[in-house]
Amino acid sequence: MTLRVKGLRKIYRMGNERVHALAGVDLEIAGNEFVAIMGASGSGKSTLMNILGCLDRPTAGAYELNDRPTHKMRSGLLAQIRNEEIGFVFQSFELLPRASALKNVQLPLQYSRHYFTSSRSRAKMALERVGLGDRMGHKPNQMSGGQRQRVAIARALVNRPSILLADEPTGNLDSSTSNDILKLFHELHDEGQTIIMVTHEEDVAGHADRIIRLRDGKVMSDCSTSDDPIHRAYMQRAAEVMAHRAEAGT
Amino acid sequence: MIFIRLLFQTVFFALAQLHANKIRSALTMLGIVIGVGSITLVIAAVGGLNNLVLSEFESFGARKIEIWGTVPESRRGTMSWDDAKLKRDEADVLREHCDTIETLAMHTNLNARVRSERRSLSGVTVIGHEPEWIFVNDREVIHGRPLKKVDGYEQLQVCLINDFAIDELLLDNNGIGEYIYIDERRFMVVGVLKTSQLGAMFGADTARSEVYVPYQTAYKLRNWLWPQVTAMMTSPDVSEEAKQEIRFVLRKHRQLKPGEEDTFDMFVFEQFIEQMRGLAASLTTIAGVLVGISMVVGGVGIMNIMLVSVSERTREIGLRKAVGAKPGVILLQFLVEAMTLCVVGGVIGLTFSQSIIVIATSLEGMPIKEMEIPPWAIILSLAFCAAVGVLFGMWPAVKAASLDPIEALRHE
Repeated sequence: MTLRVKGLRKIYRMGNERVHALAGVDLEIAGNEFVAIMGASGSGKSTLMNILGCLDRPTAGAYELNDRPTHKMRSGLLAQIRNEEIGFVFQSFELLPRASALKNVQLPLQYSRHYFTSSRSRAKMALERVGLGDRMGHKPNQMSGGQRQRVAIARALVNRPSILLADEPTGNLDSSTSNDILKLFHELHDEGQTIIMVTHEEDVAGHADRIIRLRDGKVMSDCSTSDDPIHRAYMQRAAEVMAHRAEAGT
Repeated sequence: MIFIRLLFQTVFFALAQLHANKIRSALTMLGIVIGVGSITLVIAAVGGLNNLVLSEFESFGARKIEIWGTVPESRRGTMSWDDAKLKRDEADVLREHCDTIETLAMHTNLNARVRSERRSLSGVTVIGHEPEWIFVNDREVIHGRPLKKVDGYEQLQVCLINDFAIDELLLDNNGIGEYIYIDERRFMVVGVLKTSQLGAMFGADTARSEVYVPYQTAYKLRNWLWPQVTAMMTSPDVSEEAKQEIRFVLRKHRQLKPGEEDTFDMFVFEQFIEQMRGLAASLTTIAGVLVGISMVVGGVGIMNIMLVSVSERTREIGLRKAVGAKPGVILLQFLVEAMTLCVVGGVIGLTFSQSIIVIATSLEGMPIKEMEIPPWAIILSLAFCAAVGVLFGMWPAVKAASLDPIEALRHE
């Protein structure tokens, strides 16, 4: 798996004004990386995420996924790429409310050229992988937030995508459930899954191996988590606060 | 393969959607239900009526031509009706020279007072006819014998009566061998004909007594009679040729010059049947147009609900696109959903009209006993429903298909 981005620009028109959401981004992500993309709102991280997820096309620049130039593709072909190469995990889960967990997981296979005879068994496998083997017939409203997100992850994995693209996957979850989900991400990563995660929370980003920070549509920093100065400073302060609290508590 | 699977899933999903929004779907489909229900009901009723009338008429005779003499408009006052009257030799000429005519019979009607030993009836129809008349009109002799040629040659005072007259005249022993008096002339009843049901259907609410005498004997009862000829064609399809032939033969026999008008007229029952068919067809067409309008109204309802559905399910559409549904597939899904809605409405409408038919035909006093929705009407109405679904589902489907997945996922 390779993901190569060169000189990526995205310009929106807002009335007479031209907004440069991305102003020349260069990136390279290799197989089995666990990357967090961070940035304040307006930094262009959503735009980058949409383009990486093939939901949108850049105004200029190149984006090659597995050596295929997606920036040149028609929307039909992009849909196929999304179906086969990318698994989305959204902040608000986006499950079909009236369909069972199994049906929800089967959704991407409905639009797939492959697996039409094995769609059910594949969906079952995916649900078992995320630890919901006993919840297949449940509807989303019968499940907790963490379980719903697991269903969504199973749905993202069911087509064996090159990239798991998660947009604030823990944004709607409490911290212990968040930890469970992040643990699941770690497991998937250990099994070889490439994960790109968009977040604005430092401690969530800390689970990734590499942090890409965006600012004003440009890459501000891109280094491994352990080398990232902002992350290190954050962790240090967090540790200090914890120590202070512990002191005050006793 | 993927297409068919998707189609099945979509239909299934659409049905689930219907099930989930029962009341809303029912209201939406109402227009379609009423449209399909009423058109199939009209088709079944018109078909039933048509069959009833046509079967009556066909038994009456699709092969029959009625011929009579007439004084043309331009010669009224200069030509005598006596000269226009059909004569026996003219009947013989027609019989001899028209290849399209299998057989023919002269007949004439009069009203007379008919009396038996026990009961007297006034204004009874007395039909003087030649023996072929029984065959031409497909009448059934249920007792005794029909009239024979010799009865006419000898001007014998014998007669037939219909079975209704047996009761009305209070005759014993089916009336055979009894004497009845027609205008005080004594006639012997030699046979009984089955009463024709046709009279009963066309307004003449009750069957009536009828008496039949030999054609020549009728002239003993009246000096002046108006004779007519009922001819039977070799086939219903030769009606035009038969008319031409009869016209040619009669004009020649009456020595009419070119430019002179016919002094006779005729009526082909086949034409009447054609007219009846035409009437039924135009009735169905009018009903079809009216129902077409109600289907348009129903279709607008479908469109409305599909638009609501598209906006309600914007996020779902966004998600489907994100996981790889191409615009065409989304379009197809919404079209199939609209179609399913319409076709289900159509099926309900058909069930509705079928149950009305079952109830109606089982009611007492319902004249039309055989009503059914013909298979072509079922297929056509369901196809029409599907077409309405496609037509009115198109705009919402296009709207859904052209949604931007990013915007759709952000939709609240």
